[in-house]
Order: sequence, then structure tokens, then C-alpha cells
Amino acid sequence: MEKEILTLVTFFPLVGVVLLTILPRDRHDSIKGFALIISFVTFLFSTWLYYMFDPLGNGMQMEVNIPWITSLGISYHMGVDGISLLLIMLTTILTFLSILASWNSIKTGVKGYYISMLLLETGMIGVFCALDLFMFYVFWEVMLVPMYFIIGLWGGPRKIYAAIKFVLFTMFGSLLMLVGIIYILFEYQKYSGVFSFDMLKIIGELPLSYQAQLWLFGAFALAFAIKVPLFPFHTWLPDAHVQAPTAGSVILAGVLLKMGTYGFIRICLPLFPDATITYLPYICILSLIAIIYGALVAMVQRDVKSLVAFSSVSHMGFVMLGMFALNTQGIQGSIIQMINHGISTGGLFLLVGMLYERRHTRLIEDFGGIARVMPAYAAFFMIITLSSIGLPFTNGFVGEFLILLGAFHKNNVYGIIGATGVVFAACYMLWMYQRVFFGKVTNDENKKLLDLSWREKVILVPLVLLVFWIGVYPKPLFEILKPSVNLVVEQMERAEAVRLDDDYRVEEKLTTVEVGNNELSFDTEEQSDE
Amino acid sequence: MSDYLFLIPLFPLIGFITNGLLIGRLPKPVISFVGCSTVFLSFALSVMVFFELKAMPAGLRVIEQVLFTWIPSGSFHVNIGLLLDPLSAVMILVVSGVGFLIHVYSVGYMHNDPGYGRYFTYLNLFTFAMLTLVLADNFLLMFVGWEGVGLCSYLLIGFWFEKKSASDAGKKAFIVNRIGDFGFLLGMFLVFWTVGSLDFLTVSEKAPEVFTYGGALITTTCILLFVGAVGKSAQIPLYVWLPDAMEGPTPVSALIHAATMVTAGVYMVARTNALFILTPDALLVVAIIGVVTAFFAATIGLAQNDIKRVLAYSTVSQLGYMFLACGVASFAAGIFHLMTHAFFKALLFLGAGSVIHAMSDEQDMRNMGGLKKYLPITFSTMFIATLAIAGIPPLSGFFSKDEILWKSFSSDFGHPLFWILGFVTAGLTAFYMFRLVFMTFYGKERMDDKTRTHIHESPKTMTIPLIILAVFSVIGGFVGIPHIFGVTNQFEHWLEPVMATSAGAAESHVLAAGGGDTGMEWTLMLLSVVLVAVSIYFAHLLYKKRTELATSLRERFSGLHRTLLNKYYVDEFYGAVVVRPVVYLSLFLWKVFDVVVIDGFLNGLASRYHEVSEFLRFGQTGRVRTYATVFIFGVVLVVAYMLMD
Repeated sequence: MEKEILTLVTFFPLVGVVLLTILPRDRHDSIKGFALIISFVTFLFSTWLYYMFDPLGNGMQMEVNIPWITSLGISYHMGVDGISLLLIMLTTILTFLSILASWNSIKTGVKGYYISMLLLETGMIGVFCALDLFMFYVFWEVMLVPMYFIIGLWGGPRKIYAAIKFVLFTMFGSLLMLVGIIYILFEYQKYSGVFSFDMLKIIGELPLSYQAQLWLFGAFALAFAIKVPLFPFHTWLPDAHVQAPTAGSVILAGVLLKMGTYGFIRICLPLFPDATITYLPYICILSLIAIIYGALVAMVQRDVKSLVAFSSVSHMGFVMLGMFALNTQGIQGSIIQMINHGISTGGLFLLVGMLYERRHTRLIEDFGGIARVMPAYAAFFMIITLSSIGLPFTNGFVGEFLILLGAFHKNNVYGIIGATGVVFAACYMLWMYQRVFFGKVTNDENKKLLDLSWREKVILVPLVLLVFWIGVYPKPLFEILKPSVNLVVEQMERAEAVRLDDDYRVEEKLTTVEVGNNELSFDTEEQSDE
Repeated sequence: MSDYLFLIPLFPLIGFITNGLLIGRLPKPVISFVGCSTVFLSFALSVMVFFELKAMPAGLRVIEQVLFTWIPSGSFHVNIGLLLDPLSAVMILVVSGVGFLIHVYSVGYMHNDPGYGRYFTYLNLFTFAMLTLVLADNFLLMFVGWEGVGLCSYLLIGFWFEKKSASDAGKKAFIVNRIGDFGFLLGMFLVFWTVGSLDFLTVSEKAPEVFTYGGALITTTCILLFVGAVGKSAQIPLYVWLPDAMEGPTPVSALIHAATMVTAGVYMVARTNALFILTPDALLVVAIIGVVTAFFAATIGLAQNDIKRVLAYSTVSQLGYMFLACGVASFAAGIFHLMTHAFFKALLFLGAGSVIHAMSDEQDMRNMGGLKKYLPITFSTMFIATLAIAGIPPLSGFFSKDEILWKSFSSDFGHPLFWILGFVTAGLTAFYMFRLVFMTFYGKERMDDKTRTHIHESPKTMTIPLIILAVFSVIGGFVGIPHIFGVTNQFEHWLEPVMATSAGAAESHVLAAGGGDTGMEWTLMLLSVVLVAVSIYFAHLLYKKRTELATSLRERFSGLHRTLLNKYYVDEFYGAVVVRPVVYLSLFLWKVFDVVVIDGFLNGLASRYHEVSEFLRFGQTGRVRTYATVFIFGVVLVVAYMLMD
């Protein structure tokens, strides 16, 4: 069973897709019910995976490796380590909650919608499991299709613009990645005589020249940076979020953005360690800009959803900053923060969606005094808000603190500038909260708003539990992450050491070259004299 | 008993969870019972562990209790662990003791409020966070409590959230505190990456080895930590949130914004005294900020008409005194004043609450007067507190304030200028406090008739806490009677094991006491008592006997008065220099950078692409004849080219 569990988790949602295809399109309740059950069972499978995972084990676990297209060295190679395990858990939880959240909000094209959601889930889990570059790329692209439809068909007024923008941005990046993958394929073939897409083999064996690393890092990093999104590639995000239906936003922010950061840690760092060291300052600077820029722009948004979208830019800046601190604290914090962002931003989008379903507006100015009419809603919103601004004992703090601690160690200035984000986060979130929830109810339409239904509470309670669990007792997560993070950190330390060595040698060389030149010029002078 | 140390913060947490989950479903008596009894249990347990600690030999008075590992990330390892030593023992007694009295008082004060359950939920959460803050055995857990009390402060200031001013004030408090926390965070980073631990005991032990005395690193570290303290304890330049915080219910002002939370900064500096003592420069900064804030806030207090605002500025000013004490490396004196201040300032706020309650929510002292005969208990207890804060011997405030003034003069880190500013502040304090008493309780009854008929003394749940606090305001100072009275300073002695410096400070004190400086100490003490008496006389003259004099003075110095009344326009300054530019910058980034620059570039790219395609489209006419013509033309060209070869 251990062998099949990954296949099961990844492809179980496809069973649902098949099932839903058979169902007649007007049987809304059974469609929703089946989709919900399938996503819940997928979640159960993922918890099973969690229990089978050995936190002390090194390297990939539950590995499956079956040759597929042997002439090109493509194989069905799946496996998880601590990093992917946590992201898979996040994916299955959020998919289940999003499907539950879509219950009343999706009224047209119900069948297609739930098929897209389940297809999307397979794509996402696939990306996190894939250990074969070809499969990674396939899953990466597969995700794009259902997401395109979710935004483009069930989205808001400017859904077409948003969907096309989303697809064009992502496609642009992933094409570069494809070129990179093909280049690596041929490099590997040159090196070993056979084709292989196997990530582990390539990482372990293939020596890439520094020059090649620079180019390849650039190609992959651009693909990932667009997905994160790193400043200045973020402008697709607010549009996509604002136009997407609630569940789309939740999955987009909760999981899809993590594809970018996951790509960095799974591919860019281990495959191009030397280039990573070179690019590090630039990426850190862009991350810092993202942190502050996202926060400032979030502050002046009028639409709650685009406020949350810009806050994502800021939070993902933290994730990138921590990762590129390249030390244990930074990287662990970064991964924890990926999970946290999924929970808190996913939660915020869910909450905003609940209000939107009632009022069909998301403009901050249309609200005010909501805490009086919807006290339970206000309380949940407050808890998720606090998690988003990183209050201690909520999940956000653990991640943010470690990221800043790590970044500060890498370079004091990174830590100092990054820490200002903590202040800005409080500004934009609390200001928004004040305008939506506090004050008197001025708008008559808000007076008859109903508080949360039991279904909505069922959606929110797990998120709140996760907020406090990760905030108070994150030890199990750290244990799961330890071996894989140590691996990355060690590799990066080696690369940095080599770099220092090289710098030293380059300096030496420069001095000898100078001496050589002098000698040479003497020679020529003497010659001309003759 | 100390095995159960963790129960001290846990009890209020249980109260919080119970009241919080069952909000709106419990009857008021149950809510009050849960709210008050959990804090009382904490207090009872605090008393027990205090005596247990006292029974131990002085040098061994440290109890550490590690509950579980919180964050294990590589070399960074932080526990959820508690530390009981003489310093935290004093703090838990003050927090749970004063906290309990204020919980009881709230039962009466909040009786008619529809948000009764929510109120006690927040109040218990606050007590939990504050006890965590003082019991934490490492910086990070302290930071948990630190932000936790900040959150409760935010929630309670904005308790009446339908009022815009209230929710504004809550938000302001949180954000300004976060600016301080920014410093605290960076300070922690420096501590960790230098010492390799965030554990208080480990840091205190290793600090002298890893930091060079007076070096830039230790100075930066301490100043950053102090930035955190400045935010939390409302010192210049981050004090602006505290006066606005008076929007919250009055018991909240008493508990959070007078007795406990705002003193967290002082506690933090005292807790990390082993670091501060290594850097005279940072100590100097602490002392200067402290004494200047003390003086500055006292001047604003002179002109305020809102009874709670006077007390708010007074709190800022008294906190300045505490930092002055820390800044001259006399941490014990700072903690001593923290404790006595908790008694009399909580009492003053609760008294003010009782007045406001009686006056049907009127807070403007210009509409009060003559309340003495209506509110005898409130009056007498508040009067005692006023005597205490003014520093009339032998009330508690006298001993603690005098200790600070003397230390600011005599300590190795002291300076006569510190003493002079502190001395003048003492006079101002006596003046504005008696102004408050005279305007409120004496003179003409300036309220309207409707209000007058409603005036009544508060119920017992409110007056009993007042009486208990009054007793402590009187006797609270006896634990710290200075050496010159021929006894040992018990309080200082008790804190000695915690204070890296106390030993040195006490030594110099003994020397001073033995040497010729005793005369100096007596003289300075006498001077301050005389100044206080003179100030009270002037307050009496201007606000009781000849009120027209106050009016004419106000008119004569109308410019100065307006400046004081408007708090030196600091809020306006911050608004113009910080808040608005940030908002405009953000708008610029969004509307111009995001929309015009980035998207403009991309959309421009798209339209260029579109234009090129439009142009190329002319080739695709769809007419067979055109295609055939082009085709033949092409064939001709190719054939011609081949022939030419």
C-alpha cells in the first residue's frame, strides 16, 4: 500500500471527475455531494500519508519510479519529503473547504465547475509529488486549464480579461521553464549518454557550468517568480483574485502561489546552487520591495478582495525572503509561512466570499458596523486577521519571526527592512477591519444581514484550529521539515563556501595576471628596442 | 506549590475560553463569577508561590518551569517556559491582585452594558497575556504576552466600537505599539545571533562575556529593546496612543493603561538589566527619554479638562519616572515605583470611573464641582491617592518617587539635571492632581439639574475595591523605606538577586548613607516636600479659593494654554509628516506604478502586438484570386532568380 499511496492521493480526484461526467448536469445536489465526498476522501488519504510519513527518514519517501517513455528517459517518478507533504496536506484541506464554500455561490454550470475543481486538485498534488521534470511540467500546465475556466466562466464582471491575463503571464513563464528543461535534458544526455528527466538523478549527478546555471536559473526563476508572484510580476494577481469566484481565489492564493516558491526550493536551489548565490541579493531586494509595496498598495484598496490580494504579494515576499536567507531558520520559516499563508489568506478569501454572497459587494465603503449584526462572523474574521498580521500564538508569527530572524542573519539590512512589513501589515488589516466591522450600521441593507450558518462555521472552524495549532505547537511541523531543510541548507553552505574559495582564488589569479602582464609588456618593450 | 506555576496564567485563560465560547449564552452572574474567580485563583496561587519563594535562601530564589518546546528550528530553540524569581513574583502579585480588584469593580461599572460577556472575555484574556508576559522565561514568550496585551488593549479601547473615536483610538494604539515592537524584534535578533539563546537566565549569564562593555553592539541591542519599551510604556515619541486610549471603559484604563500593561516596558528593561548595565550610552538614552517624558507629559496634564485625560498624561509622566530610575541603573527603584503607582493610579482611575458613573458619563471637569458631599467614599479614597501620587510623606508615592529622585542625583549614572527636571515634575504633578481634585469635588456645582438629581455613590462592588486600593496606597511604600531612615530597604533587598547592578548600587548607597551625603539626601527630600506643598497651595488658590485668577491667568497666557491644551500639536505633526505622506505614497504606487507603469507597459505590449497583427492581416484577405496572384508573382520571382544564376 505504501507504494500506491501517492498515486492514490494524486489521482483520486480524477475518479470524481469521471463520476461527475456521468452524472446528469441538472442533478446539482448529487454533483455537489459527490464532489464534496471525493475531496474529503482525498483529504483522508492525505492524512494517511501524513501518518505513514517518517519524520526521521532522509530523502524522498513513498517513492514510485516506473519507466514510462523510455526512449526519452521519462518515468512515472513520484515521492514526497517534508516540504511537499505539508503542501499536499494544505492542498487537500483547502480544496475540500473550497468545495464546501462553493455550495450556494455557484449556480450555473455546476457540473463543469466541480469537475474543474477536482481536476485542479489532481494537478496541484501532482506538482508537489512529481520527481520527474517532465511530469512536473505536465502537472504544472494541467493546473492552468481548470483555473482558466474557473476564473473565466464563474468569475466576476471582468473575468475574461483576468483569466487571459492570468494564463498569458503563467504561460510566458512556463515556456521559458520548458526551454530550460529541454536544455537540461540534453546536457544530461551529453554527460551520461542517456536521456533522463529524473530530478533526483539530475540534481545528484549533473555538473552544470556556472554560465549554464546562470541562464537556467533565470529561465526557471522567471517562471516561478511570476507564479509567486514576485514584484514586479504581480499585476496579474489582483485582477485574477478580484474576478475569480471565492473558491478560485482560495485555491489560487492558498496553493497555486506556492507552486512558485515550491519550484524555487525544489528545483532552483538544489539544481543551480552557484547561480542561487549570485542571484540572491537581487531576489532578496525584490522580495523586500514586494513586502513593502504590497502592504502599502493593500492599504489604499477599496475592494476587500483586492486588499487581500495585495497583502498576498506582501506575504509571499516574506516567503521568498526567508528562503533566500539560505539558513535553517529562514527556510523553515519560509515553508511554514507558505502553509500559513494558505490558511490565513485562504481564510480571508472564504470570509470575504461569505459576505459577498450576502451583499453582492466587496467595497469597504459599503460596510461598517458589521460586528453588530454579524458578531460570530466578526469574531472569525478577527482571528484570521490576527493570524495574517502575525500575532504571536497564531500561525503567522512562527513563520514571520523565523523568516526575519534568518534574513537578519544573512544581512542585517534585509532583516530590518523586512521587519517594517510587520508594522504595515497591522496598518492595512486593522484599518480595513475598522471600516468594515466597526462604527454604526449606516447602510440599511446591512441591517438585516444574517450571521454565519452552520455550514459556514464548519468551513471556518478547521482553519481557526490550524491557526492556533501551528501558532502554539508547531513542533511536529518542524520535525517533518528538518531533514529536507537540512539537506538544502547544507548544499547552500557548500555552494557559498566554494564561492568564497573562488573569490579568493580569483583575487589570487588577478594578482598573478597583473604580474604576468607586466612581464609581458617588458618583453614587448625590449623587443621593440631591439 | 511552584509545580503549579503554569496555573497562574492558565486560570484566566480558562475564564477567557469559557466566557468566550459561551458568549451571549451565559447569564450575567455566571459571567462575573467565571471572570472574577479565575483571576482570584491566580492571585491566591501567586501569594502562595511568593511565600514559597520567600522561604528559599536569597541567592537561590529562582524557579524555572519548562512546559514544552515551542519553536525548534536548527540552533534556534525556544520553549514555553516560566520563570519565577523575586522580580516576576512582585509582578504577578501586582497584576493578579490589582487585576482582581478591577474585575470586581467592573461587575458594578459595566452592569448595564450590553457587551458584558465580551468585556469579561477580553479582560480575562488580558490577564492571561499579562501574566504570561511577566512569567516568561525567554524573550520570545515575553513577546507573546507583549503582543497579547497589545491585542487586548486594542480590543478594549475599541470596546464601544460603534463610536468612531473609540475604534480609531484602538487602531492607533495597536499600530504605534507595533512600531515599538519593530524595535523589540530587531533587538531580539541581535541578542539571539550574539548570545545564541533567548533565555533570560542564559542571556544574563553570558552577556558580560559576549558583549564588550559599552560597545556599539550592546548599545544598539539595548536601544532597540528600549524602542519596544517606549512603544508599550508610552514614552516620547510614541506616547501619543495612550491619551486616546481613554476611549475605553474606565476600569480598562485603570487596569491596562495605568496599573499593568503600560508598565510592561519598565518591566522589560528591568528584566534585561544585565544587558543595559553593560552600556552607559543606552542607559543615558533611557534616562533622558524617561525624565523628558515625565516633564513633558506633566505640562500637558496641567491644561486638560477631561478627568481621564489628566490621569492619562499623569500616567505617561509617572512612567517617565520609572524609566528615569532604570536609566540611572536603579532598576529596583523603578519597579518599586511601578508597584506603588499601580496602587494609586488604579485607584485614581477607578475613582474617576466612579465619578463618571455618578455624573451620567460626563468626563469634563468643567461640568463637575462640589461632588464631595455626594460621593464621600469616592472622594476620600481619591484624595488619599492624590496625596500618594503628589508624594506626601509617608504615603507610598512619597517613598518610591523620592527614591527615584535621589537615585537620579546620586547614582553613578545620575546627573543633577535629571534631578532638577524630576523635581520640577514632582511639583507639576502635585499641582495638576490637586487641580483635578478641586475642580471635581470642591467649589460650585456646575452640572445641569438633570445630572445632579442622578448623582449617587457607587455600589459596593465598586467602592470596596476603592477602599482596598486606598489602604495599599497608604501602606504600600513601607516595604521600601530608604536607608536614611535607619532601616534596610526591604524592597531593594528583595530584588537584589535579579539585579546585576543592585549590588553595586546598594554599595554606593550604603557608602553615601555612611558618608557625608546623608545630609544631601535629607535636603533634597525636604526640598521636594516643600515644592509639593507650595504646588498644592497654588492649586488650592487657583481652583478653589479664587477661580477667577485661573481664568485671568489662562487669558493672559492664552497662547501657552492653547498649546498645552492641544498637546503641543504632536498628533497633528505626526499626521502631516508620517500618516498622510504614507497614504499618498501608497495611492501613487497603486494608481501610477501598478496601473500605469507595469500594466501600462504590458497592455502597451499587447496593443503593439495587436497592431502588428492588424497590419499582417491585410495579407490574409481570404480571396482566392488575391492568393493566386501572389502565388504566381512568387513563382515568377523564383524562376527569374534561378534563370539569372
